[in-house]
Amino acid sequence: MATTAEAAPQSTLEDFRGQVCGWLEANFPPSLKGKGMAIVGPEGADALGPEGTAWRKAIGEKGWGTPTWPREYGGGGLSRGEAKVLQDEMARIGAWSPIGGMGIMMFGPTLLEYGSDEQKARHIPAICRGEVRWCQGYSEPGAGSDLASLQMFAADAGDHYVVNGQKTWTSGGQWADWCFALVRTDKTKKHEGITFVLIDMTTPGIEVKPIRMISGISPFCETFFTEVSVPKENRVGAEGQGWTIGKRLLQHERTNLSGGAGPRLGLGAAPLSQVAKDALGIDAAGKLADPELRVRIARFEIEWRAFLLTAARVVQEAKAQGGVSVVSSILKTVGTKLGQERAELLIEIAGLQGLGWEGDGFTSAELEATRTWLSGKATTIYGGSTEIQNNVVAKQILGMLDHQ
Amino acid sequence: MAVLSEEQTMLRDMAREWTQNESPVGNYRKVRDGKPKEGFDPAVHRTMAEMGWTGIVIPEEYGGTDFGWLSLGLVIEETAKTLTASPIAASALAASALVLGDSDAGKQEWLPRLASGEAVGSLAFDEGARHAPDAIATTATLEADGWTLQGRKAFVQEATGADLLIVAAKTGEDIALFAVPADAAGVTIAPRHLTDSRGHGEVTLAGVHVPASARIGDAKIYEAVLDRARTLAAAEMLGMSQQAFDTTLAYLKQRVQFGEIIARFQALQHRMADLFTRIELMRSAVEGGLAALDSGVDVPATVAVAKAVANETMHLVSREAIQLHGGIGMTDEYDIGFVIKRARVLENAWGSAAFHRDRFATLAGY
Repeated sequence: MATTAEAAPQSTLEDFRGQVCGWLEANFPPSLKGKGMAIVGPEGADALGPEGTAWRKAIGEKGWGTPTWPREYGGGGLSRGEAKVLQDEMARIGAWSPIGGMGIMMFGPTLLEYGSDEQKARHIPAICRGEVRWCQGYSEPGAGSDLASLQMFAADAGDHYVVNGQKTWTSGGQWADWCFALVRTDKTKKHEGITFVLIDMTTPGIEVKPIRMISGISPFCETFFTEVSVPKENRVGAEGQGWTIGKRLLQHERTNLSGGAGPRLGLGAAPLSQVAKDALGIDAAGKLADPELRVRIARFEIEWRAFLLTAARVVQEAKAQGGVSVVSSILKTVGTKLGQERAELLIEIAGLQGLGWEGDGFTSAELEATRTWLSGKATTIYGGSTEIQNNVVAKQILGMLDHQ
Repeated sequence: MAVLSEEQTMLRDMAREWTQNESPVGNYRKVRDGKPKEGFDPAVHRTMAEMGWTGIVIPEEYGGTDFGWLSLGLVIEETAKTLTASPIAASALAASALVLGDSDAGKQEWLPRLASGEAVGSLAFDEGARHAPDAIATTATLEADGWTLQGRKAFVQEATGADLLIVAAKTGEDIALFAVPADAAGVTIAPRHLTDSRGHGEVTLAGVHVPASARIGDAKIYEAVLDRARTLAAAEMLGMSQQAFDTTLAYLKQRVQFGEIIARFQALQHRMADLFTRIELMRSAVEGGLAALDSGVDVPATVAVAKAVANETMHLVSREAIQLHGGIGMTDEYDIGFVIKRARVLENAWGSAAFHRDRFATLAGY
């Protein structure tokens, strides 16, 4: 992705900090302070009322929800140093960006890299303003870990394709305006027969059915495509180039999944040991009353520290070597495993009180923890399962060969 | 790999090159079979000293380079890859007790000799088979012209080659550290042959008299030196784990069964991917510990993380390395079997994983 000049002189950055402070003061409604985490539904910041909508529009127009994206497509056009200043200043006053979702995390960066000028001009500004919701049409019932075996077929019909087939695990499919999808344009080749297309979700022939998960919520959908017309101008890259583009997008996804594990688990959350002490008490020597649980919590917290040290090392190495460290490939596996471990320990500490499903007798935090524990089981499956990550490590890093 | 300074990169490369070319595992085998009294080859120690490796954590005014603990850790990690039998870690730890302590006479007397490699030092702390830093029965009694030490120290590393022992002893209620020449009257050192064929020994202190200046530090220094010892043991295990992993990977890529190179089998690929992942976490934890010793930030907890993670990873790698080699991994002729025999000694040294989990929890207040 194109970013502007890397290093700005310190004095320039300090000037910029002044501008950021002034702009945030004028535009961020203090009533929204710290409410960013509450945004989960399809309405986004708009669910928080007129002030939420005003804030989304203000930061969207400024391009600061996508601070390092090019200015010409509605991004902030900031250098990394400036983006860091913006991030710091927003964190300092409890401001948060309402511009999020798959458009930001995965699709936008990929389209900036592979899209035509027309495609970028059409789609990127709307993503920057938080006006269009994107969903991912990758997995199919018969193509999960073996994604390249996908079957949804796009038949050539002159100036458009006619698409027939089914996608599944379409995150946010019921709310999405657009879908970026991998389709098959050639049945004779596996990887080279795949093409990357953009599908308007209002096109006739698309049916979306939410999937109810073990956590009781429906973040994913099954999406059925019957005789859906997709103009060829909505193809990204060439026919048969979809696997390359699609994999690049997955890299953005994995980076976000592992990177997100830190903030989700490390910041804001009380240490497990504190939760356990509050729930179970301590003995005369000041140790957690359940000695066996104490050991397992210590084991978790030690591994968690090693994980954070590793995440920091990946960043340092990438900076020093000017590329992605091979160690980054293990972050998703380790971060998601530890996230699940933490959730298991949390409900174990709480006993049956930690298994509340709904209704009286439970705090909203307890009910939330139950659902989080269950929905967290997805983390080691999606975005390349732990088993697939192990295949990647063995083959690409360790040079262990394919079975013949 | 941590991001290194130019100086550290040169040091690491030099250590790597020397170890691979001049100190192959065959040399360790020779030490084991030749059983030198010191537990290491004195000529090899002189060579390592000439390269400056004995002075890495000693200030320049005493003849060292003061490169710091991460730098020393790099050298230990590299030399550990071929199980190089060397007292440089033990000697650096003895030196650190003097550096951190407050006896100028002790510094003047010993630091230049430790830095040059002319003298070898070691820590005589633990008194039993398991690490128990609070369980010190050895006493130091203050007299008109100095101190008298009485007690027994178990499994002192490099004891049979040491010129200087840093002894932890009770002075009433408190623990203090004393610099005791290994040839002082009343000191006897009995070799204890462990699975790693190194120079361990039981040290008996029978009315050993030392001058007042031999008291070099208090309980705070004792704690600080222990954290340094734990971290260097972890650094040695990092080198051993990495090498055992690399050796095993190379073996899987050439061993043929069922008409195939066994590295193609997914059952083995996933075990290797898991070991790779754990060794990378271990590397972060160990380098984090070494860096904390240099920065002084959050040392005890960071060291507990380093030693706990290093112990558990080393333990698993040493077992998997044998299993994945199959029968040949059980033979004395094959080098991989040496790893487990040194690994368990280091796992015990300065605290097991259980010890450090308990310590981590205690430091965190639970």
